[in-house]
Amino acid sequence: MQNSDIIKIENLTKRFHMGEGDFTALRNINLAFGKGEFTGLVGPSGSGKTTLLNIIGSLDNPTEGKAIVLGNSVSELTHKQSAVLRNFHIGFIFQTYNLLSVYTVFDNVEFALLLQKHTVTERQKMVMEALDWVGLADKAKSKPAQLSGGECQRVSIARAMVKRPEIVLADEPSANLDAANSHHIIQTMKKLNRELNTTFIFATHDEKVMLYLDRIIHLKDGMVEKDELVPESKTKSHVSL
Amino acid sequence: MLAFKLAFKNLIGAGLRTWLNVSVLSFAFVVIVFYNGMLDGWNRQGRSDTVAWETGNGQYWHPLYDRYDPFSLQDAHATVTGEAAKLVKENQLLPMLITQATAYPQGRLLNVMLKGIDPNQEILSIPSASLKPQNGEIPALIGKRMAESAHLKKGDHVLVRWRDVNGTFDAREVQVVDIFKSNVPTVDVSQVYIPLSILQEMTGMKDEATLLVASATLSSTQIKGWTFKDTKFLLKDFDEMINAKKGGSRILYLLLLTLALLAIFDTQVLSVFRRQKEIGTYIALGMTRLQVIRLFTVEGSMHSLLALILGSLYGIPLMLFINKYGIPMPKSADQAGVAISERIFPFYSLGMLVSTILLVVISATIVSYFPTRRISKMRPTDALKGKMQ
Repeated sequence: MQNSDIIKIENLTKRFHMGEGDFTALRNINLAFGKGEFTGLVGPSGSGKTTLLNIIGSLDNPTEGKAIVLGNSVSELTHKQSAVLRNFHIGFIFQTYNLLSVYTVFDNVEFALLLQKHTVTERQKMVMEALDWVGLADKAKSKPAQLSGGECQRVSIARAMVKRPEIVLADEPSANLDAANSHHIIQTMKKLNRELNTTFIFATHDEKVMLYLDRIIHLKDGMVEKDELVPESKTKSHVSL
Repeated sequence: MLAFKLAFKNLIGAGLRTWLNVSVLSFAFVVIVFYNGMLDGWNRQGRSDTVAWETGNGQYWHPLYDRYDPFSLQDAHATVTGEAAKLVKENQLLPMLITQATAYPQGRLLNVMLKGIDPNQEILSIPSASLKPQNGEIPALIGKRMAESAHLKKGDHVLVRWRDVNGTFDAREVQVVDIFKSNVPTVDVSQVYIPLSILQEMTGMKDEATLLVASATLSSTQIKGWTFKDTKFLLKDFDEMINAKKGGSRILYLLLLTLALLAIFDTQVLSVFRRQKEIGTYIALGMTRLQVIRLFTVEGSMHSLLALILGSLYGIPLMLFINKYGIPMPKSADQAGVAISERIFPFYSLGMLVSTILLVVISATIVSYFPTRRISKMRPTDALKGKMQ
């Protein structure tokens, strides 16, 4: 948290065309995220959490202001540069897992490495290591349809982490999971955050997730309502993972 | 390579839908190859039969001769002298004298072409050896079609009337000494062959001929007083007929191909629509839109490669079987007026196979590409949500 900022959001506003008018999803946001943070964007539906994650992930562009991710201004990147940024430096975890159904667990995790053009041996090693992190090495040959929701989300975490990105963006990762699975996957991510010093940014309104966060940014109506650091003693961070 | 690997996985993963498309396309593929092979086989057999029975390795025509104008026959004859006579002696040229005549089989009237041919010739397949005169009769050779239409059989006598060089009518009976069977109707229908020397004597055209047929070993050479017509010219009608047939069959197989391509197009449109979330995921994982478009295009076009493999699995044994036994032609094909064998043996040339493969693969790639252009207009954030765009 005290490390240098790897994401800077400066006076960011995002508007969407809705029918004849505009809908402002984010208003004049100013934020910074350091390396190794475990941060949550918290707020009700429509507060702008996902929109902010999408902009940080260079899936969308700000209407005004700047989002600087790992030194790159998102709005100034070409499609190709955005793709490279996402491929090498950003991992995504989605609420609905977004696993490729015709691929095996191994293939799903391997996908990003294929784009990075690793050799077969490297890929094999990295994928199995990532599946080990999430405890699914024995399911490498299974198809997503054969897995439970919790297992699918763990595959999704492995897919995001296999390329060792600097940033992982998780959009409501526990929304489709029961309590036990929610704790399990958040603990897995917390462990990876500690071991690999990866920055995790969540969009969530799940209180179970909030228990593990080091920093909580409250968004409301597209504005930062509160940006609070959670003392270590109050988080589950101190729990042995 | 990555696009091929991923596309292959996606295609196989799509299961039944893929195999339905592939089956239809493979059928179109096999039908196209079969049709083209059959026409090429017919073409080759027809050309080779026509060359063997009628045109030889080209013909030297009297300058006034026109095969489509019977009026020209009266004056289209000349004495074979000089270089031409020398080549005839060397069996390099076969002189034929042609005159119009009227035959009266069983009292009926039939316009025929009376053709004088050397009984010892070996340049054409016409079995002229049977024309050696015996017992003072004029031996005549006719084809099976002519025999059927004139109700003539071997040994029959038939009255033939012709005009000699001076335009005087004369008539004599000829005896049918043999009936030959040929795939080339133009050497058969309304044709009566008699020995060249006898026809020359009957018409008063001693040592004269209407045309000279070149042997296979004779390379085209200028002969004074005669106009050379090569096989390309002589087979022009046949080529035009084959091309017309090809045009007709093209309509049929293009319809079939269109149906198969429509199925792929439909699948692609549906894929882009239904797999938006997947497209969004690809982009989130680091693919560019162009890479996703390429992936979907390759996926669509790979239908054609799978169709090629599937088509080969059942098409090759089927075609080998047909190639061995041929396709029997109906009896009525005899009356078609074109050179056609009793059985057609398809011929599959490398060029035809390559062009068919290219046609199928390229057209499948084009129809696969068009629906994927929508991807370039998709917002990845909406695609990830699977929102209709």
